Amino acid sequence: MNLQIVMLLGQDGITNGAIYALLALSILLVFTVTRILLIPQGEFVAFAALTMAAMQGGTPVRLGWLLLALSAAAMVMDIHAAWRRDGRLAARRGSVLSVGYAAALTALTTLLPLADAGVAVQALVTMALIVPLGLALYRVFYQPIAAAHPLVLLIVSIAVHVVLVGVGLLMFGPEGARTEPFSDGGLRLGMVMLNSQTIWVVAVSLGLILGLYLFFERSLYGKALRAAAVNRLGAELVGISPELAGKASFALAALIGSLSGILIAPITTIYYDSGFIISLKGFVGAIIGGLASYPVAALGALLIGQAESFSTFWASSYKEVIVFTLILPVLVWRSLSHQGAEDEE
Amino acid sequence: MKPGVLSKSPAARPAPSMPRLSPSGWILLALLPVLAVAPLLLPTYQVTLANNIGIFALATLGLVLLTGVAGMTSFGQAAFIGVSAYAAAYLATVSAADLPGPLAWMAGSPLAGLAVGLVLTLVIATVLGAVTLRLSGHYLPLGTIAWGLSLFYLFGNLEFLGGHTGLSGIPALNLFGIAFDKAEALFYLIWAVLLLAVVATLNLLDSRVGRAIRALRGGQRMSESMGVDSFRAKMTAFLVAALYAGLAGWLYAYTQRFVSPAPFSLQAGIDFLFMALIGGVGQVWGAVIGAAGVTFAKQWLQDLLPHLLGRTGNFEAIVFGLLIVLLMQRLPGGIAGWIAKTSERRRHRPAALESAASDLPDAAPLPRRAMPQKGEAVLEAKGVTRRFGGLVANRDISFTVRAGEILAVIGPNGAGKSTLFNQLSCVDHPTSGEILFRGERIDGRTARAMAGAGLSRSFQHVKLLPTMSVLENVAIGAHLRGSKGVAAAALRLDRAEEAQLLAEARRQLVRVGLGQHLHAEAGSLALGQQRILEIARALCADPCLLLLDEPAAGLRFLEKQALAELLGKLRSEGMAILLVEHDMDFVMGLVDRVYVMEFGERIAEGPPETIQTNPAVLEAYLGGIE
Repeated sequence: MNLQIVMLLGQDGITNGAIYALLALSILLVFTVTRILLIPQGEFVAFAALTMAAMQGGTPVRLGWLLLALSAAAMVMDIHAAWRRDGRLAARRGSVLSVGYAAALTALTTLLPLADAGVAVQALVTMALIVPLGLALYRVFYQPIAAAHPLVLLIVSIAVHVVLVGVGLLMFGPEGARTEPFSDGGLRLGMVMLNSQTIWVVAVSLGLILGLYLFFERSLYGKALRAAAVNRLGAELVGISPELAGKASFALAALIGSLSGILIAPITTIYYDSGFIISLKGFVGAIIGGLASYPVAALGALLIGQAESFSTFWASSYKEVIVFTLILPVLVWRSLSHQGAEDEE
Repeated sequence: MKPGVLSKSPAARPAPSMPRLSPSGWILLALLPVLAVAPLLLPTYQVTLANNIGIFALATLGLVLLTGVAGMTSFGQAAFIGVSAYAAAYLATVSAADLPGPLAWMAGSPLAGLAVGLVLTLVIATVLGAVTLRLSGHYLPLGTIAWGLSLFYLFGNLEFLGGHTGLSGIPALNLFGIAFDKAEALFYLIWAVLLLAVVATLNLLDSRVGRAIRALRGGQRMSESMGVDSFRAKMTAFLVAALYAGLAGWLYAYTQRFVSPAPFSLQAGIDFLFMALIGGVGQVWGAVIGAAGVTFAKQWLQDLLPHLLGRTGNFEAIVFGLLIVLLMQRLPGGIAGWIAKTSERRRHRPAALESAASDLPDAAPLPRRAMPQKGEAVLEAKGVTRRFGGLVANRDISFTVRAGEILAVIGPNGAGKSTLFNQLSCVDHPTSGEILFRGERIDGRTARAMAGAGLSRSFQHVKLLPTMSVLENVAIGAHLRGSKGVAAAALRLDRAEEAQLLAEARRQLVRVGLGQHLHAEAGSLALGQQRILEIARALCADPCLLLLDEPAAGLRFLEKQALAELLGKLRSEGMAILLVEHDMDFVMGLVDRVYVMEFGERIAEGPPETIQTNPAVLEAYLGGIE
């Protein structure tokens, strides 16, 4: 192994690690605000990548139908809730609007020739599909049991993941896909040739992390979410509805997931079920951060990226084994430093 | 009090030493003849299906114990099956020459395969449990997901295990001269193992260890204070679950006669959890219902969906996933939980009337500890100070509680009473100062250790298992006075001790006046009665010091009188009692001395009469005259 290979592997590691770091942050965000371990985080990634690929390949974009179905289900649930509450059949304006939005977007993606629209437009359309998908997922699957025991939430998360993978196969088929890189060429820094996609990934990740930082530090919504993460009941008492906090965190998770998918699609071939393995590496990062610390989680995820990249070189077929075994020492350390028994509420 | 994690019904109907047959006994009795003739009547294809269901049910049974009873969850069940199946397959197919000399005898031996498989499974489970079970509940599922995936890739890449193609050519199982070469023969073996496991699980749940496992859902703080090692209880449940998976894996290898990585993937681990949930995680029989239901439904969907969708693929997962979501939202008890609930409703029996105090056999009383002499200092606080950052919650608190004396700690809200109580009960520890129990320093010790030493407590917010019977709740208090373990419980070798424990629990319940409610669900009692139950549970540990956190809150006048009488009686027997209380009438008429706190500091101490006229106390409670 010479220096050039080290640089190459390191660059790969940073690219993947940056994506894992984004996912780890998103997983942590959703977990602290809602106590939900967002196992379906990976599906946002895979769906975004495959939707981009479908647009570029000129094959039908079917994600709109899923959004439409979920929005319709959300509307039915809203009507049902209204019926049980005041005995009237009435739909909230919001849920009608979201069904309309989903219908319009579905029509748009089906009819418009998006293949020639350029990467920027394709990425925007993809995010416009996936962010509301996050909202709808929360509304349909999690909101009715938002107060349930974390174990129930985890089981629902697993179930939603399983459903989405199945639907993913239905929408995208079993073939993998890769998208065109955002730009050609690269940047030469001394003896190192930086891949253009690496620069894109790192730049967008840094931008997103900065954006999130500003959102949480400076905006009222961000502060409300932080309050909900620190103390749900307290936040509710000062008027931050857990529903809003849940939806906002899911929308952010979907945004981060779709961006990650768009970024990773030119680097790796993505299949309908690839999201899980990718997001699991985000989970490993989050575990390294103790399901609590954002910076440690991000650093952990970067480390996972490096470990993966270098184990590809040394023992390629044991890559996943090595990466997932990495959490063992972390868990040992956490167990040893853990004090006494605590009650989970 | 929160309701149960997933299901509101307890895992096993409490049937302590009842002569009549429990519902599970009836199910077994009805099931045995059906199972005996099934292979004779069914075509081989159906028998094979039933074999698979039996194997899946065995693995699912472990999850019922783990998820439904203990409130934890694991996605590693399929991986454990895989470890054991691969061990059996490898040893069955390897030639003796390929094994190191001393182990050559293992080649081709199914029993060696079973032993190696079970040992490997348990070792891996111990390691996984050791690193995740002390942490919050999310680490076990995440840890098992990671390990399940790793194992899948590992199986696929190890040359000596056949890589992705797996190991084939496993000979038919032959045990002690009996050949299990046909599906019909295997059927009897599989279902015998399954039914034995079901009975062992039912026995386990109806025992001292089982109560410790079931108590995990009531919060660890409570069970630790009763002397239950909750880490050990979790580990026990996890190991038993892994053991069942190991057995299932061995049976699987000899049923399929072929192993490959695919059936042990994470997806399969998720399937097992779905079986447990659909069947009903709170009920042991839910494992069988779930395994059968999911297997049949899967077959049906695999025929139906490709027609509907015009494509082949793992589309039944969509249906199962949605079903699980619906179940979690609407019917968290699963099918078996629903059956249990409706049949209970139909029977219309008010649980409280079911039994008087007399239907438990008398058992020899448990040995008691040597009580301190009257007047001996049992609990001493010396200069106890507790800081939280800049806030001083307790400053320089000193007092003594003696045997045969009741001390009340009172003070307005925010005076630091709860902080003090937590330190005295070893849930929290002082920043400086000492706490002595019978002359020994106890600050820094665990609540569990103190339960063994004779310190017993109740909780300000009642902590009990609402779906367990009153009797069983109280018996948790006697946990440390028994010693029988998992194996004894599963084999029913613990009955003598169990009868003693339950008799002790009954004795304490009769003593506190709850003798009429032994078999009622604890959650059905009024709040005041639940507080009294906590005192009975504390007494069950045979303490010499009782710490009571607002015992009179929520009690009616007559109940308060009865409680005061009980505490008075305990005092005269030499018990040392410390109580934190708001109810002044209750305190003033009962206790020997009062310790008054405000803003974390002592403002007065003395007999009730002088406290009632103490100007500092009056100012703290009624406000000063401006």
